[in-house]
Amino acid sequence: MITLSGVELRHGERLIVSGLSGQIQTGSLTALIGSNGSGKTTLLRAIAGLHPLSSGRIDLGGLTPPDIALLAQGSHLDRSFPITCRDVVALAATRVGPFRSIGKDRLAATNAALTRVGLHEMGSRPIQALSAGQFQRVLFARTIVQDARLILLDEPFTAVDASTTRLLLSVIQDWHAQGRTVIAVLHDIELVRRHFPHTLLLSGQTASWDALPAPGLQAA
Amino acid sequence: MLDFLWEPFALGFMRRALAGCLALSVAAPPLGVFLVLRRMSLMSDVLQHGVLPGIAIGAIFAGLSVWAMGIGGVVAGLAVAVLAGWLARRTGGREDSQLAGMYLLALAAGVALISTQHSIDLTHLLFGNVLAVDNAALFGMAGVATIALPVLALIWRPLVLESLDPGFMAATSGRGGVWHLIFLMLVVLCVVSGFVALGTLMSVGLMMLPAIAARHWSDSLSGQVRVAVLLACLSSVGGLILSYNLDIPAGPSIVLTAGGLWVVSMLTGPRASLWRQAIPNA
Repeated sequence: MITLSGVELRHGERLIVSGLSGQIQTGSLTALIGSNGSGKTTLLRAIAGLHPLSSGRIDLGGLTPPDIALLAQGSHLDRSFPITCRDVVALAATRVGPFRSIGKDRLAATNAALTRVGLHEMGSRPIQALSAGQFQRVLFARTIVQDARLILLDEPFTAVDASTTRLLLSVIQDWHAQGRTVIAVLHDIELVRRHFPHTLLLSGQTASWDALPAPGLQAA
Repeated sequence: MLDFLWEPFALGFMRRALAGCLALSVAAPPLGVFLVLRRMSLMSDVLQHGVLPGIAIGAIFAGLSVWAMGIGGVVAGLAVAVLAGWLARRTGGREDSQLAGMYLLALAAGVALISTQHSIDLTHLLFGNVLAVDNAALFGMAGVATIALPVLALIWRPLVLESLDPGFMAATSGRGGVWHLIFLMLVVLCVVSGFVALGTLMSVGLMMLPAIAARHWSDSLSGQVRVAVLLACLSSVGGLILSYNLDIPAGPSIVLTAGGLWVVSMLTGPRASLWRQAIPNA
């Protein structure tokens, strides 16, 4: 269980989130929604331990960094890097180090993950050759291989077509069925309504749990 | 008939220079490939200027000792690299103006310091002098290559991951900075070790130009590294032959050869070459 108590987040001087408290149950599936700049990404990074809290605390219930997988928005990654899909996924290995080889097990897990996202034939292709949707599938495959108990997804369906969104949603549902905790930053309220049992809406500096805007109202 | 090809290497100092440059040609280009991939090409400029004050201070304290100058250069290079890295983090990657400021300052300080030492020829220091490649300089180049290759092989995987996706590396292991620092140390060692033969301003050329040219030959990382090493070796041999026959300093002639190979790569290389862009369906 993840417990947020009085969490306050700042970007430099600017206050983004304040007084956020609540709980996210182990194995739950939560959508994090809110307008641009409401602090969704920052909160996700704070849960992953990558953004300092200016006050309050986040109790991860004993999870350590290797238990957490954060899928940041893919645009940060250099798509012209000369590397194959299979290598990107295999490098997900928690704690890649100089003396750790990529063994048979990891290779099998890598190939299984690529198959799950429908890219088993693209394994040896360089990532330059991929479309935005295919690239997002590679990043999902990498997240599968991370085998984390807490999975944080930042706008996973941006720039992705409808069929890829369906496929990736089914991967998220697999994770949910396996008892992993999933928190995803999303924009599409209809999609959230249909697939995500729990929500956290950030707006201004207030937060509301499990309260979606009324149907027809689209959160900007 | 082909005497001009062999004749230079009948001389001992040319053979020493060749051995040293070939050692550096194996060690430096793989680092250059990573610098290009990490979009840190400008960093190599900063380093080549940044080592100069250190070399000058080494020379002021210990005279014309390759070791003293080398150690001074390594210390100055590391200081500049760390400072530049800190600036990059502080300014969120918009550090090019600061980097430009740093290397102008370093070059001016280096030249000013060297001018106080009348025993040192500034041209030799900046552009290389194969006659000065003594055993110490040769051992320096060979020693650096001997250290750099196994260390790079060891940090290869984390370095690839850190170059590809630093955010992911930071999130999963939090030790990305260590690999980055080791990598910068290797770059500094390579730049400094080449200064006797190639000159401080030119030794980066053997690291960067083959790496930049290699992008036109291969779309895999290991392929680019192999091509870069091959091009660097060709540049060293060709450049030294040119240097001997045309009586120009070794640094510029090796860099010019590497630059020529780069142009050839752009025109004829199978990947993203100018030629292909000009004729889309060729």
